[in-house]
Amino acid sequence: MKNTPSVDEHLEIYRRMLLVRHLEEGLGALHKEGRTRGPIHRCDGQEAVGVAATAVLEPDDKVTTTHRGHAVYIGKGMAMRPVIAEIFGRATGACAGRAGHMLIADADKGVIGGNAIVGASIPAAAGMALSMQVLGRKGVALCVFGDGAAQTGICHEAMNMAGLWKLPMVFVLEHNGFGLTVPSEVQSAVPDLSVRAAGYAMPAEIVDGNDAVAVYRAVGAMVERARRGEGPGLVECKTYRVEGFSTSDMGGYQKPEDIAAWKARDPLRISRAALLADGVPEERLAALETAAREEVDAAFTAALSDPFPAFTPDAACNPYSEAH
Amino acid sequence: MALMRYAEALNAALREEMQADPSVFLFGEDIGRYGGVFKVSKGLMDEFGETRVRDTPISEQALTAMAVTAAMTGTRPVLEIMYADFVPLALDALVNQASIYNYIWNGQVEIPLVLRTQGGGGAGAGAQHSKSLDSMLAHIPGIKVVAPATPADAKGMLKAAIRDSQPVVFLEHKLLYNMRGDVPDGDIIVPLGKAATVREGTDISLFASSRMVVEATRAAELLVEDGVSAEVIDLRSLRPLDIGAIVASITKTHHAVVVNEGWRFCGYAAELSASIMDHAFDELDAPVARVTLPDMPIPYSEPLETAMLPNAAKIRAAALATLK
Repeated sequence: MKNTPSVDEHLEIYRRMLLVRHLEEGLGALHKEGRTRGPIHRCDGQEAVGVAATAVLEPDDKVTTTHRGHAVYIGKGMAMRPVIAEIFGRATGACAGRAGHMLIADADKGVIGGNAIVGASIPAAAGMALSMQVLGRKGVALCVFGDGAAQTGICHEAMNMAGLWKLPMVFVLEHNGFGLTVPSEVQSAVPDLSVRAAGYAMPAEIVDGNDAVAVYRAVGAMVERARRGEGPGLVECKTYRVEGFSTSDMGGYQKPEDIAAWKARDPLRISRAALLADGVPEERLAALETAAREEVDAAFTAALSDPFPAFTPDAACNPYSEAH
Repeated sequence: MALMRYAEALNAALREEMQADPSVFLFGEDIGRYGGVFKVSKGLMDEFGETRVRDTPISEQALTAMAVTAAMTGTRPVLEIMYADFVPLALDALVNQASIYNYIWNGQVEIPLVLRTQGGGGAGAGAQHSKSLDSMLAHIPGIKVVAPATPADAKGMLKAAIRDSQPVVFLEHKLLYNMRGDVPDGDIIVPLGKAATVREGTDISLFASSRMVVEATRAAELLVEDGVSAEVIDLRSLRPLDIGAIVASITKTHHAVVVNEGWRFCGYAAELSASIMDHAFDELDAPVARVTLPDMPIPYSEPLETAMLPNAAKIRAAALATLK
């Protein structure tokens, strides 16, 4: 089938999902020990969206993400250690400890970047797509945003301009069912947010957001279309936020049976079964799983022993200095 | 040297920068076919085409956000927001996006964005089309705020703003567009952050920007009748502020009146007064006087609006009171 990932590509998606899962679990454990700072927004159970959607992109393509962006950071090719070091405010972090976990960027990898203003990642990608169009480049900008962000006015403004100008971009709606602690059905007049695409002359597809292959196929088709100059597309990925809004979320508002049902459909489990069915030997998967855990453990150990940055007036980053 | 209107000088700056650099593009409401409400972009769509001179939907929030990321990814966007009163719609893009990325991403991105807008009263445009919001904009660290008062500065500073690697808010004034003045020929660049001495004097310094420079200059002419020699300093750039030029003038005159068309409370005139105290308290022979807008909405009817705006008579009265 067109746009279906090869077995090797699926294995790499699976590996990156494992990295993100271990990252989230590690952050959860360190939060319980009181060693994290500020809210941390975990994406356990949603890894298939961020990882598979970015797996279809070229290195020069751009991606913007939400405050729950770990899967996108790793999916688009960032290494574990600078991500973890950034989350722990270290000098070796991807942004030298200035950004924190919600706002990570790696311009060389096209991750620019996380955005903690809900909805703001959407026009951010539209602006990058606009610059590509003005310059005549073949790149694509992709924004990952949630069902909460889909309720903002700026989402509609950006979608209108993207459709109007046929901007080379793809809207990836990670529908995890909650905006803050409020369920989507209390926030939206329609259950399927993809119906809005018709209002902006965009094609849309709904996929199982826990199935990495389904996400890859749908986003891949939209990216190809955008790259051909045919304009934007929307992929609505249905998933579920099995953890809370952030590490400060006391919970109690999610139905236990819903959490259990979605955990039974964990994206790691779905990908593993598919890979086995594709003939990948159990031993190969086990080796990959061990290696992923070791990689994340090593990155945590290294990042946590990295130095903190020193505060200095930074002429290069002060727009009022002579450096500018 | 050519005699030009302020709007024509801006038009020339845009044309020359677009000719010199294909990454410069313009977008905004009414700017293309219509040439801009104040005719600043007249003729540019015909010359540069609809990709580089773009009429947009009425979507200030997304437009400004898109300008930020377009600037981060290879273009030099010049966005026109028709009235400064509409800038609050776009504040997230300035407060939470444009102003932070260069620093928090540790210098990974530059943001060569120019946001052109016009403000100010005196045209009977009412409470939602007359404000000067320079105080609010200058409050945000990470963006430059400039406000030229003459056609020559309008051209030279707009060219400097377009070439700047960081975000610049470029404030024009609706009553200045038809003002004529000599503009030097050729590629003139007026560096941002440098004040200009409009008129030399020995008894008192009048500090102003944008159209208030016109009123301050008239006040200085009136003060001659009072036997007062007033120096007029055009700040030109509100942030960064040329504190050196301010201190040099006060060291000469030992008296100061600061004039600003914004509101008084927490306003630019208050910042300027405090900055003068920080840097030149020992040189002052009297408290700094402020001439500002009273803290109230701007009314429509001509006598009401006229009574409210700072003008030469008010500046003259403030100067005489300070010198008493």
